[in-house]
Parts: sequence; structure tokens; C-alpha cells
Amino acid sequence: MNASDSLRILPEIILTVTGVLVMLIDASLPTGWSRRNLGVVAAIGTGFAYASSIWQLGLPTGTGFFRTVETSPFTVFFHVLICAIVLVAILISMDTLPENGHHQGEYYALLAFGAVGMCLLTSAVELLVVFIALEISSISTYILAGYRKHTGQGPEAAIKYFLLGSFATGFLLYGIALIFGATGTTQIYEVAARVPDNPNHTMLVAALALMMVGMLFKVSAAPFHVWTPDVYEGAPSPVVALLSTAPKAAVFALLLRVAYEMLPTLRSVWGPLLWGVAALSMTVGNLAALRQENVKRMLAYSSIAHAGYLLAAFAGFGPSGIAAASFYMAAYAAMNVGIFTVVTLASGYDDRLPLIRDYRGLIYRSPLLGSLLIFFLISLVGIPFTGGFFGKFYSFSAAVDGGAVTLAIIGLLNSGVASAYYLRLAFAAAQRPDESNVRTAFALPQVGIAVGAALLFTVGATLWLGIVPGRALRAAETAAHTLRVPPSAPATPEISLQPHP
Amino acid sequence: MSMNDLNESILTLILLVPLAGAILIAILPDRGKLSASIALLTALVTFGLTLHLPAHFLVGQPGYQFEINKPWIDLSPNGAHIGIFYHVGIDGLSLWLVVLTGLLAPVGVLASWNAIKERKKVFYSLFMVQQTAMVGVFVSLDLMVYYGFWELSLVPMAIIIAMYGRKDGAHAAGRFFLFTFIPSAPLLVAILYLYRETHTFNFEQLQYNVATGVIPATALFWCSLAFLFAFAVKVPVFPLHGWLAETFSEAPVALAMVVAGKLGLYSMLRFHVGLFPVQSRALAPVMIALAVIGILYGACLALVQRDFWRLIAFATLGHFGVTTLGIYGLNLIGRDGAVFLMVSQGVIEGALFVLLGVLETRYETSQIASYGGVAARLPRTATFFVITSLAMVGLPVLNGFVGEFLVLSSTFTSVSRGWAIAATVTIILGACYMLWLVQRIFYGPKSDMAASQLVDDLRFHEIAVLAPLAVLMLVMGVAPTYWLRAIEKSSSTAGLLQQRRSATPAQNSNRISASTASEAHR
Repeated sequence: MNASDSLRILPEIILTVTGVLVMLIDASLPTGWSRRNLGVVAAIGTGFAYASSIWQLGLPTGTGFFRTVETSPFTVFFHVLICAIVLVAILISMDTLPENGHHQGEYYALLAFGAVGMCLLTSAVELLVVFIALEISSISTYILAGYRKHTGQGPEAAIKYFLLGSFATGFLLYGIALIFGATGTTQIYEVAARVPDNPNHTMLVAALALMMVGMLFKVSAAPFHVWTPDVYEGAPSPVVALLSTAPKAAVFALLLRVAYEMLPTLRSVWGPLLWGVAALSMTVGNLAALRQENVKRMLAYSSIAHAGYLLAAFAGFGPSGIAAASFYMAAYAAMNVGIFTVVTLASGYDDRLPLIRDYRGLIYRSPLLGSLLIFFLISLVGIPFTGGFFGKFYSFSAAVDGGAVTLAIIGLLNSGVASAYYLRLAFAAAQRPDESNVRTAFALPQVGIAVGAALLFTVGATLWLGIVPGRALRAAETAAHTLRVPPSAPATPEISLQPHP
Repeated sequence: MSMNDLNESILTLILLVPLAGAILIAILPDRGKLSASIALLTALVTFGLTLHLPAHFLVGQPGYQFEINKPWIDLSPNGAHIGIFYHVGIDGLSLWLVVLTGLLAPVGVLASWNAIKERKKVFYSLFMVQQTAMVGVFVSLDLMVYYGFWELSLVPMAIIIAMYGRKDGAHAAGRFFLFTFIPSAPLLVAILYLYRETHTFNFEQLQYNVATGVIPATALFWCSLAFLFAFAVKVPVFPLHGWLAETFSEAPVALAMVVAGKLGLYSMLRFHVGLFPVQSRALAPVMIALAVIGILYGACLALVQRDFWRLIAFATLGHFGVTTLGIYGLNLIGRDGAVFLMVSQGVIEGALFVLLGVLETRYETSQIASYGGVAARLPRTATFFVITSLAMVGLPVLNGFVGEFLVLSSTFTSVSRGWAIAATVTIILGACYMLWLVQRIFYGPKSDMAASQLVDDLRFHEIAVLAPLAVLMLVMGVAPTYWLRAIEKSSSTAGLLQQRRSATPAQNSNRISASTASEAHR
């Protein structure tokens, strides 16, 4: 171990320091003082973590701390994504978290610690570090999910998430144990080297299956999705903005590592498995979302469906699949964080507008919020010139390239079904207000600086990823090429790329 | 900016000016007539820009003119410039459709001048986005760019229907959106499949690759079916018209007028018949049958409607049938007739929607039975309405006649006499419902409503819209050759592909932003 090892986990170090600092300042402030500025501290810390992640691009790709963590364009891509999500979540919270009795200090500290876990998860190349990182991130998010402890659903959400989540982590750990049993190591590259001529094929398949269960639970893919609607409904909206994107990004990064880097030789096993899970997630998520009346539950099911769209990219070969999955994650994060920002603003920390019909007339009550809600919904539907479309396009073209035309058709038909419920909310917001609804009889808040910045950032990102995605695509492709994927045989068509003679 | 620069960037300008207008409207406050005025100004500027196209269009020059071809999104990992290109250009098929879209924009703004009373800002900015999307569909020569505009064109329309629907806007908007969005899923898969096989989204290159048979025939057939299905729903062709009547009766006048039919019909012509000549030949009998059934069905349903919006919806279904007949006759005259018909239908329907909007804003009902004897109070409206109706039923000298005549005569001579006769007979039904509508609304004894409600005749801005449209109907009817000349000599569609195949490679795509048209102008 030497000093340069520390640089490989620089964002994690900065985030840890930020979290500790927030807690210390919180403890030293007299009671009764406004703790809103703790958010500023956390935001600045996360900003530095973001910058340091980008700075890490300058480091040579390689591992540190006895080959347990890695820095590469792949880890940087996900670090940047996670830090950006956490930053936006902090910005939303600053303007919407109630002032008193809500333990703001712990709140921001937990956000920062959660980010440490998620970042570490994407850079870990040793399964035990993976496990530790997953626990760091999970424990923070369990607590955050139950932050509205005065309501009935808050603690319910936290307990459900905790119980099912720990169970799923147990599966993952069991899988890791079996990997160790079969290969005698938990270092991902060494496992990858020892797998091809390993006699213990059955044990490896079992290990893969168990690990998949753990990871698919975290990304809320069907059939491991049952916790999602309850947790999203009970957790505060700013937390859901984070919960529905950042931990998923981290676990998808892990899934990519495990599938493409650690066990590429078992593609014949995980390929069909993920194909099935993708098709099931899209279908189950969308069909269930159609029947929801509660906005957050609907968005929860929609996030299950989006996990399915993302998993479709795993049907793609090597780098093209990885790049598509990474890009999709970024696009999904931008629009999903965005829509939860709007939901937070429109219905407040206390969910004053729980139902879809409560959103009726939003565009008349506040043209800005109404238009933005519709904008993000349009992106979730997957209309061109938004990130949502390009993500889907890229993911399904990876699938079509990998030969999974059926999956692409299932996926795109699903996105047709999905448009029905997204548009129900969008059109509700576009209709004239319903004067008889007492729940909407309050003035919508002014958009503050912090949350305004969050909105600007998410709208900008969604448009940027939809109209000029070139740079993000390059980043995703560079990231994909740094995973050590053994050369597979993608079907290169015989047609020449040159224009015809 | 020299003329040459303008030629090279004119299509980009036509796409960007409405978008800039939309953003400007969205930023400025929603006060008085401010949004409407900016929208009108933007629409007029856009229309002025579209007029540049026919003025500098070189009739008879093969290939696309005012072409722009720049790499947009590179999808190859090694930077080999394959992927999505910002590739736009026009030929005789799209020339007049772009101009028509430009013309209908100020018409739409003026038609909404007094009709839209609240959230004007949202309305006009969405209307301008719609403009960009429509023009985008007509000028795109890259399949992904085309698909982008195609999907984008749904959004403003759906939101506006939801916001300003007459009765249950949200329901109609949902129906409209789902009906047209779900079929575009197979369309996207088909485009992605073609891309996988050929590594290009470029229209001309795809045309070439499809024609040279590098793609298995079965796969091509399914692709062509996916394309056709998406287009047929959008037109709509007979059994797929479930969204039409409700959309027409809910949508504000300006929107119903700009989206009707053209997008789907043009797409059929360019991207179905043009891209899959062999497959569309196989599907043509089905399409012709559906078209004729559509004409008959539309006319019969139009006869029994009580609401004039729904009547017009079914009437247009019939007219789209005639156009479809022209497209799938797969011969030159029929195609010319179809394109001419699209343009003249656009003009006629524009005027008709404005006039019905005039009636509805004055009497606040669209029930035909409530009207009667209105002509005495609204003589100018009645005059314009009669002219428009006569154009619509295809009276010679007015523009409706030319297109229908070309389509029907070509069907008679080179497709099938039976279908041509069937179509012609049913077109007579068209005259019945239209003239009966005129009679029920404007003539006969005064209804209670017409007697009791004292309303004004056309205002200045309404005449400013209707008079040019009426003149256009006459001019297009008397001198159709001016328009047909450009359409006739256009490049690249089905029947012509065989002859053109040798010419195609000369002007293929990977050339970056060069336009033969602009060079010729120099």
C-alpha cells in the first residue's frame, strides 16, 4: 500500500470526510439554529467528489490496496453519475426538508455515506469489498427510506426494505462463498482466470444464480421487485429520487462486472436468465403501473419496467452491451431524478398530492411545474430528442445486434403500453383544474435557488443525452472497453461499411 | 448571407425558426396577445422561408435539393462515421408539402386568435414545436432523424388536445397518442433491424441496399409491413381509423388542420413505396381494396353524422382513401395525383376547419341540427363555405378536381377498372354529404338558434386567412401544371427505382454537407 493507492479511492475519501464534517458541525450548532446550510456543506463535498472522480480519469487504469479497488474510465463513469445524482438529491432536500425535528445533520451525512458505499461498489474488484460497499450503501438507504417516521408508511417502508434487503444481501454473500469454494479466490480477475477450466461447473452456476438474486433485488427487477412500490410510497420524495437511481446505478455496474468480466464463460447461463428477467420486469412493471392511482407507486412500477429495458442491453455482445447499459443508466437517472424533483415540489415533503387525479390542472396552477412534469414524463415514455428515447434506442439496438430481436419487440411494445400510464399523469396535469378537490387548495411553493438548480441540471441532462449524446456515448464506450471482456464473436455483418460503388 | 449560403442552410432555418419562436414564447410572460403575436410573426417568417424553396427549386434535376448531410450521433465504436446523420433535403414530393406546412402555420395561429383564451403561452409554444416536427418529417432523409420528428409530432398535438379539448380532452388525447405511438414500436424495431443489416440509416443507401437484395426477402417483407402499419394508422387507412373522429372533435381547430393525413400519406409514399418497391407491389392490392372501402365507409358515415367535426373526420377518411389509391396504384400519374391531392386537401381542409371554427366560436355548438338559415346573418362565411365545399367535392376549375381526376384516371387505365369505377361512384356520395351539410347549416328556414343569437360575420383576421386560401384553391385548380411540374420530375419512388438505380450511387450519402442544388446555383 502506498500514497497513490489512496488516490484510487479519492472520491470515497472526500465523501466520507464530508459526511463526518456534516455530523460534527450539526453537533456543534446550538439547538434552534437553522441547519439548512448543512446541505450546502454536503453539496460542496459532493461537488468535490464529483470533480475528483473526473480527475481520476488522469490516473492510469489499474488497481490499488492489494488488488481490491480499481480506477478506470468505467468506475469514473459511474462515480460521476452517482455523485451527480447525490448532488441533485441534496439540492432538492435543501429546499424541501422541514426545518425542525427532522435531524437534518444525520440526513445529509447519511446521503454522503450512502454515496461512499455506492461509489465503492462500482470500483471494487474484490467480492468481499463488494459486499462491504453494498452494506454501507444499503444501511444508509434503509434509514433514509424511513425518514418520515411520524407517518405510518415511513417506518413500514424502512422495515420492509431492511428485511427484504438484508435477505437479498444474504443471497449475494452465499453466492460469494460458493465462488470462493469453487475457485479459491474472491478477486474478480482471478476468478475470471480460474473459471474456464474449473471442474466445479454446477457450483459456479449455483453461485452465479445466488449472486444474481441479490443483485436483481437491489435493482428491483421482477420477480424480486415486490418491495419497490411500498418503499417508494413511504419514503420522502427526495430520498426516492436518490433511491430509484443511485443504488441501482451502482448495482448495475456490479452486475456488468460480474456478468461480463467475472463469468463471461457462463454467458450461456446468465444470458437467457437476464433475457427472461428483462422481459418479465418490463411486462410486470408496466402492467402493474397501469392500475396504480398513487403517483409514487406508479413511478415505482415504472422503475421496475426501466430496469427491464436496461437489462435488455445485456443481450448485446461485449462492449456494445456494456456501453448501452451504462448509457441507459445515465439517461434513466437524469429523467427519473428530474421527475421526482417535480413531484417533490408539487406535493411537498409530506406528499400532499398522493394520487394521479390530484395532479389535475398542475399546468394551470403552475405552468413551470406542469410543463416540467410533462417533459419528464415524455422522456420516460421515450419520445425522441430526450434522453429516455436515446437510452432505449441504444439499449434495444444492442439487443438487436446481439440477436435478441424478440426481446426488442417485447420491449418496444411494452414502452407503448407504458405510455398509457405516463400519459394519464401528463394529461391529468394538462387538464383544467378540478375545483372541487380540496387537496389541491394550496399555493404551490416558489421554486428556490437550490431546487431550481436541480431542475435546470436534470432538464439539461435529459435534453443533452437526447439531442447531442455524442460525448456521453463516447464516455460509455470508453468505459465499456476498460472492462476486461474476453473477445467474444459478435456477428459482424458481411456488408461493407463503405458507401456502395 | 449570400444566396448560396442560404440554399445550404434553408432547411435548417425552417426547422429552427419555429423552435426559436417556441422558446421565446415560453420565456416571455403570458400577457394579452403577446404570445399570439410572436407566434404569428414566427409563422410568417417560417412561411417566407419555405417560399424560398419553390423559388430556387430546380425542376427536373434528379436527386435531393437543398441537401444537408452532417454526422450527428456516431454509433460506431471506432469513429468510422456510421450512425445517425443530420441528413435533410427535399425533392418534388416534399417540396409543396413543406410549403403547405409553412402556409398553414399562420392560418392556424389566426384561427386560434380568439378561440384560445387561457394558457396561451403553452398553446402557442407547443404549436410552434408541432411546426418543427411536421417540417422535420417532410425533409428528413435519415431514418432515425425521420423517426425522431415522426414521434415528436405526436407530443404537442396530444398535450394540446388534453389541455383544450372540447369535452373530454384527456381521453381523446390518450387515444390519439396510443393509437399512433404503439405502431411506431414495430417501426423502430424494423429500422434497427435494417441498420443491423446495412449499417446505415441513410435513406438513399438503404434504398440501394434493399434493391440489391442483401437482406433476406422474408425479413424485408416484415420490415415493410411494420413500416406500413405505422403509416396506415397515422393516415388513417380504413380499419385503423379509431382515433380520428374523436381527435377531430376534441382538437382545437389549428391542430386538427395541420396534422390531418399528410404525415402518414407522405411517409407511405416516401418510406414504404419508396423503400420497399417489391414488397409494396405485393401489398398494393390489399391497400387498394382498403382504400376503396375507406372511401365508401367514410362517405357513408359522414352522411349520418350529427356533429360537423365528426362529419369532417369521416369525410377526410374518404379523401385519404383516394390519396392512398393514388399511392398504391404504383404508377407515375397516380403518384402525382396523390401528392397534388395531399397539398390541395391541406388547403381545402385548412379553410374548412377555419370556417367551422368560426361557426363554433360564434354559436358554441357543433351540432348540425342546431343550425339552419345562418347564411342570412353570415353571408361572407356562407360564400367562403360554399367555395370550399365545392373544392372539396371536386368541382372542376377548383383544386380538388385535379388530384382526384389524376388518381382515378390512372387507376382506371393502369390498375383496375372495377376499383376505379367503385371509387368514382362513391365519390359522388362525397358530394351528397358536403352539399347537404351546406344546406343544413346555411340555408333553409332559420333555426331557433340562428334567429335568437345575433353574431357577427367574419372579422378582418378571419378574412385575411380565408381569402388567400380561396384564391389558392382557384389558382391550383386552373393552373395545376405549375405544381405538377415539380412533383412529376421528382426523384426516387417506386416505379422509378428501376430506372434510377444507376443514377443513385452518384449522389449517395457519405458526402458531407454538399448539395448539388447549391452548386448549380452558383
